[in-house]
Amino acid sequence: MIPKFNRPVVLWLAVGWAGFAVLPWYAIDDGLWSFAWLDGYIADADHAPALFAALVADRPWLLTIGLFLLAPLAILTRPKNDPLYAGVLLAAGGLGLTYVLAQGFTVGLGGWRWEFLESAFGSLDVRQFGMGYGALLVSAAFLFLLSQGIAAKGAVNGDVFVVGSIALIIALVAAFIFFPVSRILISAVQDNEGAFAPGSFLDKLVSRDLWGLACVTANVNCGIAWNSLVLAIMVGVGTAGLGLAFALAVTRTAIRAKRMLRILTILPIITPPFVIGLAIILLFGRSGALSVFLEGTFGIEPSRWIYGFTGVWVAQMLAFTPIAFLVLIGVVEGVSPAMEEAAQTLRASRWQTFVTVSLPLIRPGLANAFLLGFIESLADFGNPMVLGGDFEVLSTSTFYAIVGAQNDQGRAAVLAIVLLAFTLTAFYAQRRWLGRKSYTTVTGKGDSGVHPTLPRQVTWMVYAAVVPWAALTFVIYAMIMFGGFVKLWGYDHSFTLAHYIDAFGIAWGEHGIVWAGAAWNSFSTTILVSAVSTVPTAIIGLLTAYLLVRQRFHGQDAFEFGTMLSFAIPGTVIGISYILAFNVPPIELTGTGAILVICFVFRNMPVGVRAGIAAMSQIDRSLDESSLTLGANSFTTLRRVVLPLLRPAIVAAIVFSFVRAMTAISAVIFLVSARYDMATSYIIGRVENGDYGLAIAYSSVLILVMVLVIVAVQAAVGQRKLGRRGTLKATGRPALEVGIP
Amino acid sequence: MTITGKAASVEFRNVTKAFGTVVAVKDLTFTIEAGELITFLGPSGCGKTTTLRMIAGLELASAGQILIGNTDVTTLPATDRDVAMVFQSYALFPHMTVIENVGYGLTVSGVAKAATREKALDGLHLVGLDGFEERMPSELSGGQQQRVAVARALVLEPQVLLFDEPLSNLDAKLRRHMREEIRDLQRKLGLTAVYVTHDQSEALAVSDRIVVMRNAAIAQVGTPHDLYERPIDAFVADFIGDANMVEAEVVRVEGAEAVLRIGGIETRRPHRGAKPGPAHVAIRPEAIHLLEGSANGGLEGSVLKAVYLGSHLEYTVECGLGELFVIDHNLDSPVPQGATVAIRFTERGVNLVRDAG
Repeated sequence: MIPKFNRPVVLWLAVGWAGFAVLPWYAIDDGLWSFAWLDGYIADADHAPALFAALVADRPWLLTIGLFLLAPLAILTRPKNDPLYAGVLLAAGGLGLTYVLAQGFTVGLGGWRWEFLESAFGSLDVRQFGMGYGALLVSAAFLFLLSQGIAAKGAVNGDVFVVGSIALIIALVAAFIFFPVSRILISAVQDNEGAFAPGSFLDKLVSRDLWGLACVTANVNCGIAWNSLVLAIMVGVGTAGLGLAFALAVTRTAIRAKRMLRILTILPIITPPFVIGLAIILLFGRSGALSVFLEGTFGIEPSRWIYGFTGVWVAQMLAFTPIAFLVLIGVVEGVSPAMEEAAQTLRASRWQTFVTVSLPLIRPGLANAFLLGFIESLADFGNPMVLGGDFEVLSTSTFYAIVGAQNDQGRAAVLAIVLLAFTLTAFYAQRRWLGRKSYTTVTGKGDSGVHPTLPRQVTWMVYAAVVPWAALTFVIYAMIMFGGFVKLWGYDHSFTLAHYIDAFGIAWGEHGIVWAGAAWNSFSTTILVSAVSTVPTAIIGLLTAYLLVRQRFHGQDAFEFGTMLSFAIPGTVIGISYILAFNVPPIELTGTGAILVICFVFRNMPVGVRAGIAAMSQIDRSLDESSLTLGANSFTTLRRVVLPLLRPAIVAAIVFSFVRAMTAISAVIFLVSARYDMATSYIIGRVENGDYGLAIAYSSVLILVMVLVIVAVQAAVGQRKLGRRGTLKATGRPALEVGIP
Repeated sequence: MTITGKAASVEFRNVTKAFGTVVAVKDLTFTIEAGELITFLGPSGCGKTTTLRMIAGLELASAGQILIGNTDVTTLPATDRDVAMVFQSYALFPHMTVIENVGYGLTVSGVAKAATREKALDGLHLVGLDGFEERMPSELSGGQQQRVAVARALVLEPQVLLFDEPLSNLDAKLRRHMREEIRDLQRKLGLTAVYVTHDQSEALAVSDRIVVMRNAAIAQVGTPHDLYERPIDAFVADFIGDANMVEAEVVRVEGAEAVLRIGGIETRRPHRGAKPGPAHVAIRPEAIHLLEGSANGGLEGSVLKAVYLGSHLEYTVECGLGELFVIDHNLDSPVPQGATVAIRFTERGVNLVRDAG
């Protein structure tokens, strides 16, 4: 039972030594995938491993790192319950990690980072670039050695995998959420020159601009904060209700066009948000199709009514209802039919069953859906920008506070803080409301039974909500698809392929294919970056969900708060904070493709967490426990028992993170570079130039690509079969649709 | 048969488990011998399931030491302990077939595929489920799911096999049948088994020894016979079987025995540390005999209720000690309701007990 060698310790020590003595310590200019560093590998201080940089290239402080990597060698053969084992690992890992970070922050591009160090130790001629491979591996090694020490102390039942996972996620969240956000929050109490200015912070926080209530009595705009809040509540309630209607329609009614309904609900997700805004303008704007029709037929004067609250609300409803749908369909399907059957046998009518059993069981899902809609609305940037008009919300104001003529970092930070307060309040309220009720409905006993059909009243309500909404969505997408083939919207409606050829033209040159279209560069980058970001997003998201639902450890609430925080931070703020934080050592990422991937992973991680939590809390805990007592460790249990039961959540996480990456705009617009341009920022650029044709054409191509991806992923992953609902198909009775698109 | 037992002993030394401020198990010390089936019995919330989960490693002790097979496993998590557990909900993996479920423990331990399958088939044979290997758990009845859960635990040949209220989801007949099967398997394979239940008849039927728990601590440990015949206090007497708790008086102590006066009747029972003076006595319902007619200075009562139950008769008798519950297996001379009766006690059903406190 007691291993001779501690294999994980050996492994991570090897990784640490590889990072310290073999791989270059500093980041290489040409990016992570470049191997230019092989040139002048040891001799050139910027390309050398830490060991040689310390000995040869005048960076003696790096040598200390080696000491922390030597210490664990002493306990390689000691048993886990030896106090020395835990002590050495805790000390080596903890101090090592601290030391690596400290030296990174202390010695920067121009020698010492702080003046007092310069006065204390004299000037330092050596500079340090951002950390690279070597530093990454060494930090990882220290982190996992530390976590093994913590596990050996008995934390989380001494489970090395769980403690390591917690440590990894804390480290990642700290590096890529807390660190950059703290940088921008610091500027809330600074003026533009970086001096400490708490007075102006307070002024900005209580300004009438934010909190004015004049709109109640007079016909003027209310404060920005009120605008955002009211909009977000309306969108949260609306999307949760519509999402439920769609979920019920798809799973529990005899409606024929289920497949089409599903596609209609997916379409808005795979649409860059401002495209819906654009389509709404093309439809309801002053020269919009419907407005022109109404004027011609009834003589109704076209107006600008669509610009403002109404337009933004409609656009956000279109954009975020599918999110609620995706959350709710999993929950609606997860409700054990046995419960509903039990209620029916207890003489409840279909209506009573629905109201007293089905609906309460769906309630956590409804709360989640509301929360998602609420926060999405607060953070949305594209629609308020396109449709807002005078109606300002927090996210757009934040953006304009920085890029506009104001250039007031303090004001932007204050707006961000208010935004954060709203979203965190929503988060807290949702937790209070859900309480500690258990909604476990997938038990180890196998799931049997069939969902009852809905009561008639509910069926009609569902139809009344779903059908008009589906029609509106259909029209919107017709506009998007049609717009790309029209010469000049509103003026010259003749058919043309010119926009598509401009964007995606291919020519044959001397050396084979020439990607002549203007969009190819940003298009290929978008696909690559989005695809690369999905896997870490799903892994980190589901791992976090697993830790939150299935494990108990000290500080779990803080852990949850931290991991969900990136969701509550609007993209504009993330974008600016990344630029502030990652433009200088020790982590230099601006201008790379990596910063885009990282941004997507941590922006989209909560999607995976939410999907995982919703699905996992429906799986009985005794399944995990029985796997553990059968000798599987927690990693094997996760892989063989939990993950297979989580397929719908995995598909949701992968599809959703891909799609969100492809359609994201708010954070991305700050992080793109000439080399790594993204489709959305390219399209926005075209919109700003008034080139609607190409913008719409490009958008329609993006949408098509995402449809193909979703179909392919779903086909590859398949659908889950847990009980008789799945086997119904074999007997030829009408089968219910199962699985998440 | 390739499945054998590797029975090991289990020892708790002053084990305490606290969840925050709630103490679930307090200073528990006991030993389970290898090859023994021991049952933890008690009302809900008494700490019996927590004790079981600590043996499994699903909870780690807050204080004290746990040894399995004389090895200290206190800090080892479930994965690293050589124990297997049958869950109340069975916890069959719904996405795996029966054979995949049964072979799971072997697969994750790195046993070769062919050997895993062979052993899993043996396990299914052992529980009488030959031919069910390709079914899904949802296609099995409750009793069959239960057997799969048992087979899944058995194929690992664990040092200790744990049962967490395994029969509570089955109907009564099946429950009786399954508990005999479990007992037979345990004996045949010589397993150390720990069984948790709140059903005292189940506990009496399957156990070598029973640990009765109350308020996070052990109330009494003993064989079913010990516990029934010599309950240590009112709680145990009442929890295992039925008992009439009455007030009595210890007249004097003579050697190992005490002379008791119960409602005018004098009898001699082991004193168990009792001092002369008032005492509590537990009287089994079947230790009370009723004779129709006057008692002539002995204990006299009147029958309030008489119920015919086929195999026996149940009486409720009002007397100087209060109401007594009586079971009479003599069906030939029933006493009618309302009759006056003389009351006698069989000595072995009468026990001096501590107050339940």
